[in-house]
Amino acid sequence: MSWPTWLTEIRAGAQSRFDAAGFPTPKLEDWRFTNVAPIARATFHASTNGVSHAAEFKHFFFDHAARFVFVNGHFVPSLSSSQGLPAGVYAGTIQAALRDPAQAKVVEKHLARHAEYKENWQSFVAQNTAQFEDGIFISIPNGVVVEEPISVCFIATGDATAAFARVLVVAGDNSQAAVVETYAGNAATFTNAVTEIVAGANAIVEHYKIQQENAAAFHIGQLTVQQQRDSNVHDHSVSLGGRLVRNDLHFILDGSGAEAQLNGLYITGGEQHVANHSRIDHAQPHCPNRELYKGILTGKSSAVFNGGIIVRQIAQKTDAKQSNKNLLLSDDATINTKPQLEIWADDVKCTHGATIGRLDDEQLFYLRARGIPEEDARGLLTFAFANELLGRMKAPEVRERLEKAVRAKLDSRLGTQDSAREGL
Amino acid sequence: MGTPATDIEALTSQEYKYGFVTDIEADSAPPGLNEDIIRLISSKKKEPAFMLEWRLKAYRHWLTMTEPKWPNVHYPPIDYNSIIYYSAPKPKKQLKSLDEVDPELLKTYDKLGIPLRERELLAGVAVDAVFDSVSVATTFKAKLAEMGIIFCSFSEAVQNHPELIKKYLGSVVPHTDNFFAALNAAVFSDGSFCYIPKGVRCPMELSTYFRINAMNTGQFERTLIIADDGATVSYLEGCTAPMRDTNQLHAAVVELVAHDNAEIKYSTIQNWYPGDKEGKGGIYNFVTKRGKCAGVNSKISWTQVETGSAITWKYPSCLLIGDGSIGEFYSVATVNNYQQADTGTKMIHIGKNTRSTIVSKGISAGHGQNTYRGAVKMLKSAAGARNYSQCDSLLIGDQCGAHTFPYLEVKNPSAQVEHEASTSKIGEDQLFYCRQRGMSMEDSVSMIVNGFCKQVFKELPMEFAVEAQKLLSVSLEGSVG
Repeated sequence: MSWPTWLTEIRAGAQSRFDAAGFPTPKLEDWRFTNVAPIARATFHASTNGVSHAAEFKHFFFDHAARFVFVNGHFVPSLSSSQGLPAGVYAGTIQAALRDPAQAKVVEKHLARHAEYKENWQSFVAQNTAQFEDGIFISIPNGVVVEEPISVCFIATGDATAAFARVLVVAGDNSQAAVVETYAGNAATFTNAVTEIVAGANAIVEHYKIQQENAAAFHIGQLTVQQQRDSNVHDHSVSLGGRLVRNDLHFILDGSGAEAQLNGLYITGGEQHVANHSRIDHAQPHCPNRELYKGILTGKSSAVFNGGIIVRQIAQKTDAKQSNKNLLLSDDATINTKPQLEIWADDVKCTHGATIGRLDDEQLFYLRARGIPEEDARGLLTFAFANELLGRMKAPEVRERLEKAVRAKLDSRLGTQDSAREGL
Repeated sequence: MGTPATDIEALTSQEYKYGFVTDIEADSAPPGLNEDIIRLISSKKKEPAFMLEWRLKAYRHWLTMTEPKWPNVHYPPIDYNSIIYYSAPKPKKQLKSLDEVDPELLKTYDKLGIPLRERELLAGVAVDAVFDSVSVATTFKAKLAEMGIIFCSFSEAVQNHPELIKKYLGSVVPHTDNFFAALNAAVFSDGSFCYIPKGVRCPMELSTYFRINAMNTGQFERTLIIADDGATVSYLEGCTAPMRDTNQLHAAVVELVAHDNAEIKYSTIQNWYPGDKEGKGGIYNFVTKRGKCAGVNSKISWTQVETGSAITWKYPSCLLIGDGSIGEFYSVATVNNYQQADTGTKMIHIGKNTRSTIVSKGISAGHGQNTYRGAVKMLKSAAGARNYSQCDSLLIGDQCGAHTFPYLEVKNPSAQVEHEASTSKIGEDQLFYCRQRGMSMEDSVSMIVNGFCKQVFKELPMEFAVEAQKLLSVSLEGSVG
């Protein structure tokens, strides 16, 4: 594959960065609770097979007019379509965009320019930057509103397959769009995904990341969002699948009035490990930011939440609220939560909160007293706990799909408390 | 000056220089640290063999350790070989009257409302016969001894109660715990020891005011407090008066042990020299404090008011082992000018139905950097455990910073953990309200700040709460335009 010179240079630099840093170890503060030794130990290889199996994953696709399917990091044109996009909107593979001189300029300006990898703990981003084969590039011109979400599905198949997913979204000034990323798979694969979103002034972007990979899969994801003045980005992250999942979010509020909302839901069972790390960098004044992450843990699973808010000295009038709530439903589940505030400005309002507990006995009693069996009552309360986040999703088809997926996951985990205890 | 690591290397590889019997001056060791110095300290203090062994073990372990880099504080590297680890208390220069004392210092005493007699004592003025604090101390000691309470300096305890020292020393903070704890274990000079026997309620606040013998204990202090079954004690260390000290590095260790139904309340007011307005000088206060709630329904409560020191780095912690035991942490940390504070607590819940409360108030002014770092751990065995944490930060001025790093780790589903944190500045409307009622800007800020800290101050012994309030206004002086 031939890359333009600028990208070849970046990739070579990233490769040497990755070679120098290696896989992160729990000795690094940022990876203290997430041990990626199973990834580092195993050998994963790129694979072009599996395209023929792609159709098996149809139920993960959305019926959006513009949808793109990748298998093991390779584009599958037969399952994709780019119809129904307003004039001027570009959505296609990064490779294709690089061949189109007009798009290539935009790609050059933004691709691999926002997702950082200079620190040792960011070595997975370096690995992706050095090794991705293709990805999706979405560019929305100034003032254009894309009504229907654009969906991208990344499928990983075959044991020991390494799949690199790369997404670049550039939303122009006053534009509006929604992008849905879905990750699915059927084997012990390793997915390393990097998404970069650039939101221009006044742009409104809604981003979904739905992670439903195989219970043996590894998933490491990085989302970097660069926000200009008065832009508005809502991110929804739902982690249901995978054996070891880590999501890193980095929001840079780089224009005054930029607003970010981060919603996250993780439901874990068995021996799953899900880590969500967010960093919100208030680089300019007057930026509001809301973050709500909720977790439901069963079996022997473990989860990590680490939410950092940095308020720079000039970022006066920052208004940041962060909250992490966790339900522990089994004796063997573990949660590590670490909200973090770093504040260098004085005229700010920042709060964070974290709670960890089980279902409220009084709420259970209320339902039981009204004749609802205990099992149903537990199911109801647990779903309600998760539903707060689903209710925030604006795209109805995504919300409905996830309601079903969440119910299915909760039923399989909670169906009976005993089966959860047995490590189901 | 080399880095500490290379110095240590050079030191360990050098020839055995001083011979087995050291022939240095009687009351002070040369700067630097090696096994001979430790032997010297131990022999000067006429310690039993087990103490020397313990010190040497700690020293050998310390050599293998590196200085921690994770705290959110910055300071030039410390040369551990330029420190004098043993010197007999030097007689202070005696001043004839308060007129000779630095007027700045007197002004501060005045603002704090410290009684005249105490001022003289604190400033090092020769105390007249009427106010003989030694005799005051002796009277109190006699009363305590009657009840079976042992309250003495660490050295005395080593001589008179070696069995207790042997049993408890290092049982909460082992010599391997961390870099500074290991250093302290190797070279600690003195400190206080307190043992409250079964069922005894200590009738008075044990405070360093009455502990004349333990004054000037220097930079490596070690405190050990044991409350036996059903005993209760309240201990207060430090005082509100500014303490000038020539030792820059202070690495103290405090160990508390509470047996069944015992209760220990440990309050600290720390106001060491914070350096000048440019951030030059000042004390590095690197302290390891830990309490062990070993027995059922025991309780350990830490209250601290940290206003001094250039760098404060400490985490008074509780190991909640006994079922139903309680840990508490109340803290006010103030930083002004170029002060840095990285402080918080660790609550390790091990027993069933253990409870902990954390209330931390951080105030940053000037160029100060204030960090709350805390950990709450609920182990698998901690069924029904509860924790509530609240950490609030107040920012005064736009050059300061406030940071929060709480770690919550839960392994038991019946445990409940709540954490809340907020950061804000003094509200314009609050200030306006006070100003409108004729209060000066300074008084208004001081009142609001005191209100912010009230939750913690009310945990302090009464007379100190009053002083702490005044202290706060003094240390924030000049931070408001």
